[in-house]
Amino acid sequence: MLILECPYCGVKAEETEFHAGGEAHIKRFGPGSSDADFEGYLFNRENPKGVHFERWRHANGCGKWFHVVRCTMTLEVFGSYSAQVSEPPQEIRDAITAKRPGWCWRDFA
Amino acid sequence: MRRYSAWAVAREATRYHEGWERAWRAPEPKKRYDVVIVGAGGHGLATAYYLGKNHGITNVAVIEKGWLGGGNTGRNTTIIRSNYLQDSSAAIYEKARSLYETMSQDLNYNVMFSPRGVIMLAQTEHEVRGYQRTAHANALQGVSTEFISPQRVKELVPIIDISGPRYPVLGGLWQARGGTARHDAVAWGYARACSDMGMDIIQKCEVTGIRQEGGRVTGVGTTKGAIDCGKLGIVVAGHSGHLAEMAGFRLPLESVALQALVSEPIKPCMDVVVMANTVHGYMSQSDKGEMVIGGGTDAFNNYTQRGSFHHIEETVRALIETFPMISRLKMLRQWGGIVDVTGDRSPILSKTPVEGVFINSGWGTGGFKAIPGSGFGFAELMAKGYSPLTAEFGLNRFAEGRFVDESVAAGVAH
Ligand SMILES: Cc1cc2nc3c(=O)[nH]c(=O)nc-3n(C[C@H](O)[C@H](O)[C@H](O)COP(=O)(O)OP(=O)(O)OC[C@H]3O[C@@H](n4cnc5c(N)ncnc54)[C@H](O)[C@@H]3O)c2cc1C
Ligand SMILES: [Zn+2]
Repeated sequence: MLILECPYCGVKAEETEFHAGGEAHIKRFGPGSSDADFEGYLFNRENPKGVHFERWRHANGCGKWFHVVRCTMTLEVFGSYSAQVSEPPQEIRDAITAKRPGWCWRDFA
Repeated sequence: MRRYSAWAVAREATRYHEGWERAWRAPEPKKRYDVVIVGAGGHGLATAYYLGKNHGITNVAVIEKGWLGGGNTGRNTTIIRSNYLQDSSAAIYEKARSLYETMSQDLNYNVMFSPRGVIMLAQTEHEVRGYQRTAHANALQGVSTEFISPQRVKELVPIIDISGPRYPVLGGLWQARGGTARHDAVAWGYARACSDMGMDIIQKCEVTGIRQEGGRVTGVGTTKGAIDCGKLGIVVAGHSGHLAEMAGFRLPLESVALQALVSEPIKPCMDVVVMANTVHGYMSQSDKGEMVIGGGTDAFNNYTQRGSFHHIEETVRALIETFPMISRLKMLRQWGGIVDVTGDRSPILSKTPVEGVFINSGWGTGGFKAIPGSGFGFAELMAKGYSPLTAEFGLNRFAEGRFVDESVAAGVAH
């Protein structure tokens, strides 16, 4: 069972209060992009063993979407942050580095 | 290999059962194999078996990080059926189901295949229409199923409450030759047959890297050292994404936890498998008398082989509505497995961007039933580069928009 914190209303609750929305920070490709980029964006996923960035919605609360970083091997939550960013903020990266030194994913390292 | 038989049991009974031999060898890895299979679950072992049996390729190693059958193969609720909607699905699942019919004889290993019949309950108007459509599709595909009335459901499953309360039973999709099998025995039977053909099953050996030269696979790195290979089959279910990362590509699937639980054993009360997809629960009774129950998947990525408790609660709550008599049963054990789920709920049996590397994955919540058919087709694909059984399940179907959409028929875990 996961305990998550909504960064908007500050409510800390277990996962049934929220709705999982899948991998976050996916780079969107549209018309004019290569077939491979478009396929990658639509279907392929990182599915990492370790640090995972994802989207959640505070479905039974304020209703807003937000970001969570979590370890898929331990279910440890490193933090949650606003949905209005396309990359994790520095303090979130620092929080991950503190727990997973040398972690690396895409160009976030 | 010394064959198992009634005569062998009698012979051993006269000498304190000291003459049984080990079912499979425990070899150290050789320097090189023609084919290396990663993952000794049902699908990996069945692939190795058919590589030897149908294609004469026996210089094969199956490499397993834990113990053979210890992944989803040993964690599933063993439902076997082939009543899928799309033709390519029906072909591979029905091939598998028909191979289950003779598996015990073929392997000389009792896999306890029990074609007791599987009912998928229709509990909404939408499901009624959906299953009628599937029954018609199955008729065209040569898969024997029928849509049955609520009264017939009640006859087949006397302990069911067809009147509701939330979701009355409006009918059911019935496959009389579906059923269950002993999951461990499927893995063990294949392992014994593979070992007998001279293949090496190497347990407690984790693949940690995939070596390539000029876009072609040359071998794998493992915790027992480097092993060279001509071809590589990745058959690791929930760990598919991880192995793909080692090979340098991404997959259209994600790994989530799926759970099951069993009750204390009780007297025989239900001799068919019942699946209730609207309320997300399914149940059968094991030969020991335990009610075997499976439920839904978590919605988030997970590699921990444990799921969220609220799913257990939801599943049990739903099943109690449909089977009121189980409300006082004590549950004995609960566990989880990590399943690899694709967007169209169909598997991936495919070549990959790396030459010589093949992947068999995406069976998600429902691949136990497919083990022999998948091994049959995937071995052909690996040996010859093409198999009619796997042709529609290539990775290219995503780029080309040719989905094998089973999300309606397989939207629930099984
Ligand atoms: C709770 C539950 C209930 C289910 N119920 C049903 C059902 O009723 N009917 C049905 O048809 N299906 C069901 N399924 C799905 C079914 O169990 C799977 O689809 C099927 O068992 C997958 O078999 P496999 O051989 O591909 O994978 P697995 O049996 O998981 O084998 C993969 C193996 O790869 C190994 N491995 C992973 N990484 C490495 C590495 N780096 N190096 C070496 N080895 C590695 C693992 O240790 C594992 O043993 C269920 C699954 C679960 C979890
Ligand atoms: Zn909120």
